[in-house]
Amino acid sequence: MAIYSTNEFKAGLKIMLDNDPCAIIENEFVKPGKGQAFNRVKIRNLKTGRVIERTFKSGESLEGADVADVEMQYLYNDGEYRHFMVPETYEQYQIDDKTVGDVRIWLKEQDICIVTLWNDAPLAVTPPNFVVLTITETDPGVRGDTSGGGGKPAKLESGAVVRVPLFVQTGEIIKVDTRTGEYVSRFKE
Amino acid sequence: MFPVLKNNSVLQTSGAEITWRPTCNIADLRLRAQLLAATRAFFASRSVLEVETPVLAPATGTDPQLAFFETHYQFGKEQQTLFLQTSPEFAMKRLLAAGSGSIFQICKAFRNGEAGRFHNAEFTLLEWYRIGFDLSQLMEEVAQLFGCWFATYQPLRPTQKNTYSEVFKRYTGLDALCFDFEAYSTYALAQNLTDAVRICGHEHSLWLDFLFSLQVQPHLGSNHLEMVYAYPACQASLARLNQQDSRIAERVELFMHGIELGNGFFELNDADEQEQRFENEQALRRQKKLPSVAKDLKFLAALQSGLPDCAGIAIGLDRVLMLLSGNESIEHVLSFSRYRV
Repeated sequence: MAIYSTNEFKAGLKIMLDNDPCAIIENEFVKPGKGQAFNRVKIRNLKTGRVIERTFKSGESLEGADVADVEMQYLYNDGEYRHFMVPETYEQYQIDDKTVGDVRIWLKEQDICIVTLWNDAPLAVTPPNFVVLTITETDPGVRGDTSGGGGKPAKLESGAVVRVPLFVQTGEIIKVDTRTGEYVSRFKE
Repeated sequence: MFPVLKNNSVLQTSGAEITWRPTCNIADLRLRAQLLAATRAFFASRSVLEVETPVLAPATGTDPQLAFFETHYQFGKEQQTLFLQTSPEFAMKRLLAAGSGSIFQICKAFRNGEAGRFHNAEFTLLEWYRIGFDLSQLMEEVAQLFGCWFATYQPLRPTQKNTYSEVFKRYTGLDALCFDFEAYSTYALAQNLTDAVRICGHEHSLWLDFLFSLQVQPHLGSNHLEMVYAYPACQASLARLNQQDSRIAERVELFMHGIELGNGFFELNDADEQEQRFENEQALRRQKKLPSVAKDLKFLAALQSGLPDCAGIAIGLDRVLMLLSGNESIEHVLSFSRYRV
């Protein structure tokens, strides 16, 4: 793997730090007029998702990480693993719930997700920014209400619970922003 | 207004349009011109002489923290290595030693490998020297100059002056003059600065650079000019040591909004001590396997012949402009930053 020096730490670069694959988020050059130069670097640990701040002497280097983001179709859940497939090659990957993490509540069969691979092993799953899901359970709305106002919780087919306007009913299909977990609109096919 | 590029145009490279436009806007060009005019008027009214010294010189500073640009002069069989100056300090001190009286210069300085929000490898320095001034007199003049620069844009709150030890203690609780590895490393770990021990080891000066840059400097000079003086002796650079207390050096740094703007000294004029400092830095360069640099013998000879007592300071004008114009990054006040040149 390539070696990267602090001056090559650009946002998005994948490097190995403390034996974990990480992505550079931000890199600030800090140098006293007379004195040692440092790089203050914001780094996301791709295994845990945690963001940490680290400091390096300018010119220090880190090993690159073999990390790739691959578009895959979510196939099904066998109870133990979630199965994904690369549409072009039909190559399949099984991913455990721990790796899938919190985003499991947005996974819908056939949706195209981004699977982050490290040395060809799944590291993380990123769902589409917007997903379309059916409401499986929500309290009946108050008659005459149109939009706006408080809203109510609605359970979706994937297991997620989102706040929806009062007029939206069980069985309806809605569009949700997975980055914020917020209701966007009713979905008309 | 944008030029229409045809596909077969020579300006077209790898499908992307060439970015020829300046990095700053036209208003900031005018602001720079005003700043330069105000600065020249300020020094003219005080009878400080404007000078120019060469940007290319056969000698350069030995400071192991400064990387320089090296160029090659060639004229027939005559060949010479010339360096782009990292600062005009040595040449200006030779003028002072030759009897120029108080002088100032606005010039370009070059530092290799420096790039970031507040760094551009080529930048503009204002540097001046006042014969007969001590550090506190120089600091007073700096405050007046800043007052003059900022008066019409954003009135500043009164200038604050603190010693290095005071600000270091205030923000870290540590004693800057007395290195205590236990105390320093315990503090760093408590602040989640996990890299401190690995980077700094047992080098006091490195610890000071690290902790000051990360933990102290960001707090300095919110909406006012903050001067930090009386630096620890291990960070003396080209300053004289304090006569009463040899643990501190007669050095001052300027900060606004957590950004370092300038560095000044009550100038060292002892040729032997200067030579010793050069040799220490040369040894450090060898130790760190950095390119070796010869001592500037003409500068040392000038000191030997006698540099009058004086105080001097260099201020990064691009950073001042950045603050005057409210820009977030130095490239927005440069006509063409390094990425656009």
